[in-house]
Amino acid sequence: MSIRVDGVSKSFGAFKALDNVSLDVPQGTLLALLGPSGSGKTTLLRIIAGLEWPDSGRIAEDGTDITDRHARQREVGFVFQHYALFRHMSVFENIAFGMRVRKAPQAEVKARVDELLHLVRLDNLGSRKPAQLSGGQRQRVALARALAIRPRILLLDEPFGALDAKVRVELRQWLRRLHDEIGMTTVFVTHDQEEAFELADEVVVMNEGHVEQRGKPEEVFDKPATPFVMDFLGNVNVYHGRVENGLAFWHGVPINYPDYPHAQAREARVYLRPHELDIARAPSGGTSEAHVGTSLAATVLRQTRTGPITRITCQPRQGGSDLHVDLPSAAARELGLQPGESVSITPRHVRVFLPDPEYVI
Amino acid sequence: MTSKPRDAATATSPLGLLLITGAVATVGLLIVAPLASVFVDAFSNGPQAWWEALAHDPDTRHAIWLSLTVAPIAVLINTIFGVAAAWLVARFRFPGRSLLVSLFDVPFSVSPVVAGLALVLIFGRQGLLGPTLASLAVKVIFAWPGLVLATTFVTLPLVVRELIPVMEAIGPEEEMAAVSLGANGWQVFWRVTLPNIRWALLHGVVLANARAMGEFGAVYVVSGHIAGATDTMPLRVEKLFQEYRTPASMAVASVLAALALLTLVAKVFIERQLETESKELEAARAPGADTDPTTGGLGP
Repeated sequence: MSIRVDGVSKSFGAFKALDNVSLDVPQGTLLALLGPSGSGKTTLLRIIAGLEWPDSGRIAEDGTDITDRHARQREVGFVFQHYALFRHMSVFENIAFGMRVRKAPQAEVKARVDELLHLVRLDNLGSRKPAQLSGGQRQRVALARALAIRPRILLLDEPFGALDAKVRVELRQWLRRLHDEIGMTTVFVTHDQEEAFELADEVVVMNEGHVEQRGKPEEVFDKPATPFVMDFLGNVNVYHGRVENGLAFWHGVPINYPDYPHAQAREARVYLRPHELDIARAPSGGTSEAHVGTSLAATVLRQTRTGPITRITCQPRQGGSDLHVDLPSAAARELGLQPGESVSITPRHVRVFLPDPEYVI
Repeated sequence: MTSKPRDAATATSPLGLLLITGAVATVGLLIVAPLASVFVDAFSNGPQAWWEALAHDPDTRHAIWLSLTVAPIAVLINTIFGVAAAWLVARFRFPGRSLLVSLFDVPFSVSPVVAGLALVLIFGRQGLLGPTLASLAVKVIFAWPGLVLATTFVTLPLVVRELIPVMEAIGPEEEMAAVSLGANGWQVFWRVTLPNIRWALLHGVVLANARAMGEFGAVYVVSGHIAGATDTMPLRVEKLFQEYRTPASMAVASVLAALALLTLVAKVFIERQLETESKELEAARAPGADTDPTTGGLGP
C-alpha cells in the first residue's frame, strides 16, 4: 500500500503544525519522519491514520482518496508513543481487540493472537496484564495489537522513545527484520537521528511544519540540504566566515566554494563535522601563523573518549569558539596528543550556507 | 504519613498532646456522640419498638419507599449526565468550556432551599412552565417528579466532578487506539472508557446516592410536605420530631445514619481501588521493568 500526502496543512489555534506538506511513501518502504518536537511529524502521522483531520490537503492510499474516511475504516496499524495498551485487559485481549470489535469467530481470534504472540516472542505471556510487562514487552504487545487487524500500513509514533538504550537497539533491529519479512509500508516518527538512519530506507527531516529534506539515510547525512538539517544532525562545528571569489574563508583558511563566484564579499556560515576533519601534530617549533595552507593552527585543550570514538577539543590559534575533532579511538591513541600541543586541522569536507539564499543572484 | 522520629517527638510535647486532645474532642463531640445518640435513642424502647416505628406506620413506610425510588432515579440521571459531561470536558476543547465546568459547581454553592424555590418558580402552577404542564396534566411540584428534579439538582456535581480529573489523567490514547483498531463509539465506551473509569464512577455514584437519600432543603420546598405522598425519609424524620414522636423520628434517622456508615465503608473500599488504579496508571506510563533508570542516553 503506497501513501500519498498532498498539500496537507493543519493548525492548532495560532500554531501551524503542518504547512502545505506533500509526501509520497512507496509500497513497502520503511520511512522515518525525523525532526525536533513541534516539527509536525506526529501530527502528520496522526493525519495519515485518520486520528486527526487536516485543515486542507488530501491523503491517498494506492491512489484512492481516503481523506474523508474515518480512522476505523482506514485499516491502519498505529503504535502509540506510550503504547496505549488497554490496562484492564490481558495481553491476549489487547491483541484480540481489533478482531473482537469486528466480531471475528473465537477460533480465528485465538489462532491469530497465538500466531502474533509467537511473532513478537511473548508466547507465554498472553494472560499477563500490561502493568506486569517490561517496557520492551509492552512495545511488542502494542505492535502485535496493531498487526492483528492485518493493516495495510503500519504507523509508529516514537516507537522506541521510552525504552532504555540496550532494549532500544535490540527492538530496532527486530523491527527492521520484521519489516523485511512482512514488507508492509511503514512510517515511524522519531527525534533520534541514529534511530532514523539505522532503521529507515528513507528519511524525511521535518522542521516547523514543513519537509526540510527527504532522501536515503546516507544522502541526508552526507549532503544536508539546509542549515537546519545540518544543525539538527548535530555534532557540528559552526563558524561565521565569509565568501568571495569562489572561496569561503574559515579563520582565514581558504576553502573552495565555486557556488559563489562573485567578487563582493558576503557573510556565510561554515559547517564542519567533527568526523570530517583531519588532525596532525604541528611541526615542532611551530608557527605563530593562524593557518598554514589549507590547515588551521590550533592548540589541544582536552580529549574525551566515548567508546570507539575519541573527541579532541581544540582552541584555534586565532581565537574563537572551540573546535571538535572526532577520531577513531585507536587512531587517537596512536597519535597520542597531549593538552597544550600544537596541531594543524584540515577539513576534508566543508559546507557553507549563505544566510539569505534569496539574496544570491 | 510515615512517622519519623521528629513526628514522635512533636506528638509527645505538651503542645502536641494539647492539639491531639483538641482534635479528638472535636471529632467526638461533633461527629461520634451525635451519631451514637441517634442509635441510642432509636433503640431506647428496644428493637421491637424500633421495627414497629419503621414498618407499622404507613406514612413512614411510604417515606422509606419514596426515598428508595427518588434517590436511584436521581442518581441514574446524574450518572448518565456525569459521564457524558465529563467526557465532553475531558476530551474536547471548545469556547465556554471553563464556564461550563464552573456551572457544574453551582448546585454546591447555591443553598438547597434557593434551588427548591427556583424549581417552584419554573415548574409551579404560577411558574414559567406551569400552564404548559397543567395543560398536559403533568404534576411536577408537590409530586414525585419535583422530588427527582430537586434531588438531581443538588447531587449534580458529584459524578461529573469525580470523573473529569480521572478521565484527564487517563488521557485519550487508549480510546484513540481502540478507534484505530476499528471500534465504533459504543465499543470504545463499553470496552475501553467505562472499564477505565469504573471505580471513579462508582465513587461518584455512592456519594451522589448518600447525598440524594439525605437531601432535605430543596426537597422540602418542592414536596409540599404531604405525609404518605411526598414525604421522603429526611422530611419524615423532621415531621415526626415536630410531632414529639422522638423515638419514631430517631428510628427513621437511624436508618439514614446506617446508610451513611455503609456509604463510608463503600467509599473507603472504592478509594483503595482508585489508588491502586492510579498507581497502575503511573506504572504503565513509566518505562518498563527491564529499564534501568541510570542508563540515559544511547551507548556508543
